[in-house]
Amino acid sequence: MRLQEGTGLWEHRGKVAVVGWGQSHIDRRWDGVTLDRSCGGLTKEACLKAIADAGLSLDDIDGLITSPETRAEQTWAPRPYFDPPYDTEDGLTYASAEWIERELGLKNIQYRVSDAPYIGPMMGQAAQAVGDGRCETALVWYPMVNLAGRYGHNNPANNSEEAPGPSAFTLPWGYQSGAMFNNLVIFQQYCKKYGTSHDGLADLCLNLRRNGLMTPWSYYALHEPYQLTREDYLNGRVIEEPLVIYDCDRPVNTCAAFIFTTAERAKDLRQKPIYVLNHAQTGGRGRSTMSTLEEHQEAVASLARRMWEGSGLGPDDVDVFNPYDGYLTFTQQFLEGFQWHGVKLGEAHDFYADDIRVEGPHPFMSSGGNNGTGRTRACLFSDSLEQLRGTAGPRQVTVRAETALAGCNTPDSNGFIMFSKSPD
Amino acid sequence: MSTIPGLERPGPVPNDLTGPFWDACNERRLVLQNCTVCQRMHYPPTQRCDQCGSADNFEWKEVEGKGHIDVYMVIRDSRIRGFRSAQPINFAVITLDEDPGINFLSNLPGTPPGEVPVGAPVELIFEETSTGQLVHEWRVVT
Ligand SMILES: [Zn+2]
Repeated sequence: MRLQEGTGLWEHRGKVAVVGWGQSHIDRRWDGVTLDRSCGGLTKEACLKAIADAGLSLDDIDGLITSPETRAEQTWAPRPYFDPPYDTEDGLTYASAEWIERELGLKNIQYRVSDAPYIGPMMGQAAQAVGDGRCETALVWYPMVNLAGRYGHNNPANNSEEAPGPSAFTLPWGYQSGAMFNNLVIFQQYCKKYGTSHDGLADLCLNLRRNGLMTPWSYYALHEPYQLTREDYLNGRVIEEPLVIYDCDRPVNTCAAFIFTTAERAKDLRQKPIYVLNHAQTGGRGRSTMSTLEEHQEAVASLARRMWEGSGLGPDDVDVFNPYDGYLTFTQQFLEGFQWHGVKLGEAHDFYADDIRVEGPHPFMSSGGNNGTGRTRACLFSDSLEQLRGTAGPRQVTVRAETALAGCNTPDSNGFIMFSKSPD
Repeated sequence: MSTIPGLERPGPVPNDLTGPFWDACNERRLVLQNCTVCQRMHYPPTQRCDQCGSADNFEWKEVEGKGHIDVYMVIRDSRIRGFRSAQPINFAVITLDEDPGINFLSNLPGTPPGEVPVGAPVELIFEETSTGQLVHEWRVVT
C-alpha cells in the first residue's frame, strides 16, 4: 500500500506495463448449475482470454494475484457440491491462485496471492509485485459473484438480534454499509453545503448507461439493451431516500483478468504496452460514527497529491478518468478532488449537465462505470486500457488519450492507478 | 421495545472496550471517552486517542444530551430484518452540541418519515432493543 505523502516519484514508474485483458461472459446471477458460469468457470474464461490477448503462453505466467472479495454474500450452503474441481466453495464462489494454477495447468508459478483486497488496491499490488521482482508476468483476476436471493438479505449480520463489535454503534439504527449509508449521508451534506440536489445526478446516470450500451460485453448491452430516460431516473424506485435504484450498481456474475509484466518483457508482445506510472491507496475512517464531507474531501485531496507526486503528472495531464461509481453519490468526490477538467468543489453537478459524452470535450467515465456495465469494478481499468490502446470502438474518446486514471472504491477506502502510453 | 411501530433494533453486544458505555445507557446516561491528556472526546469508543495518540488516559465523561440534526435520509428498502418491518423510517445524523465533531445516528422517534426538520435541536432519550439493552436515541425538541 502506498499511503504516505512526500515519497517522490514511484520507484517503478514506467517499468511495469499491462499487456493483456480478458473479460468473461456476464450474467445477472449464477444459475447454480452451469459450471462454466460459476466463479471458477468464468475465471478460467477471463484468464485464458487475457493470456491470449497478451500473446503469451501459459508457461509465461509466473505470478498469480486475486482477491477473495467476490461479494458472494448469499452463501447457499447447505447444498450439494459437484464433481471436482467444483466440489468446494473454491471454484464455485471464489477462485484462488491455487485453484487456477491447477485448473489451467500452470507450471512456472513462483508467486501466489489469493488474499489481495478489492480490485482498486489489487491493481496497485500487482504493479508493485512485478516492479519489486516478485514475479515477471502476473495474471491478475477479479471475479464478482451473484447468487440467487435479494442482496444482503441472507447475510447473517442483517438477520441477527444482536449487533456485535463495532456494529453495536451503527446497526441498531439501521445502518448497512459505508459505501451506501455513510456516502449518502455525505452526499446530503454536499447538497446542503453547495445548494444542489439528487436530481443533479441524472445526467451522470444517463451517460453511464449510454457508455455501457457501447461496451459490447456489458450486462446492459447483452441483457437489457435500452437507454434510460430522465423520467426513469427521477421516478426511480427509492431505496434509501433520496437514493434510487438507478444510483446503485447492479450485482452481476462475471470475472475480468489482466496481465502485468515488466516494461522490458512488454516490448515484443502482441499489444502495445500500457505503462503504470504510479499507484496509491487510501484507508482510514473519520473521527466519529459517520465520516463527514470535509473528511472525505481531505481524503481524496491527499490521494490526488500522492498520485501527482508519484506519477509526475498533474490534473491537466489526465486524459481518461474512470473513478468508482458503485453508488452514484460519491463519484463527484473523485471528480472534484482530482480537479479533472478543472472541476472545483461543489461544481460536479454542473459538470455532469455539460457535455460528458465520449464524443465530446469532457468524456467523464468513458467506461460507463459499474452503473453502465454492471458491478464488475474491472470496467474502470479495462476501459482505461482500451482507450489508450485506441480499441474502445464506439466509446473511443475524441480528445487526447495518452494517460488514464482509474480506481475504486470509496473516497475513504480505495486504490487508484495511473496508466500511460509512454513510460516516460 | 422501540416507540417506532414495527421496529426491532438489534441489541448491542458489549465488550471490554464498550462495556462501560452500554452499562451507562442502561442507566439512561450518555458517557463518552474523554482523553485526560488533551481533552478530546471520542465516540464510538476507541483504543487510542486520535489527537494525541495516548492509550491509557481515557475517562468516561457524561455529556448533556443536546444536539442538532445535521442531515437525514429515509430507509425504504432495508437489508436489516428488524427495519424491514418498520420502513419507511428516518435515518438522521445528529451532531453533539458539546462537540459537533462527534455524531450519532438516530431514527428520530416521534418525527414522521421524511418530515425531518434539518438543523432543529434534539434531546437525548433511550430506547429498548431486541436483547433488552437500552440504546441512546434522539427526539426533536418541541
Ligand atoms: Zn488525547
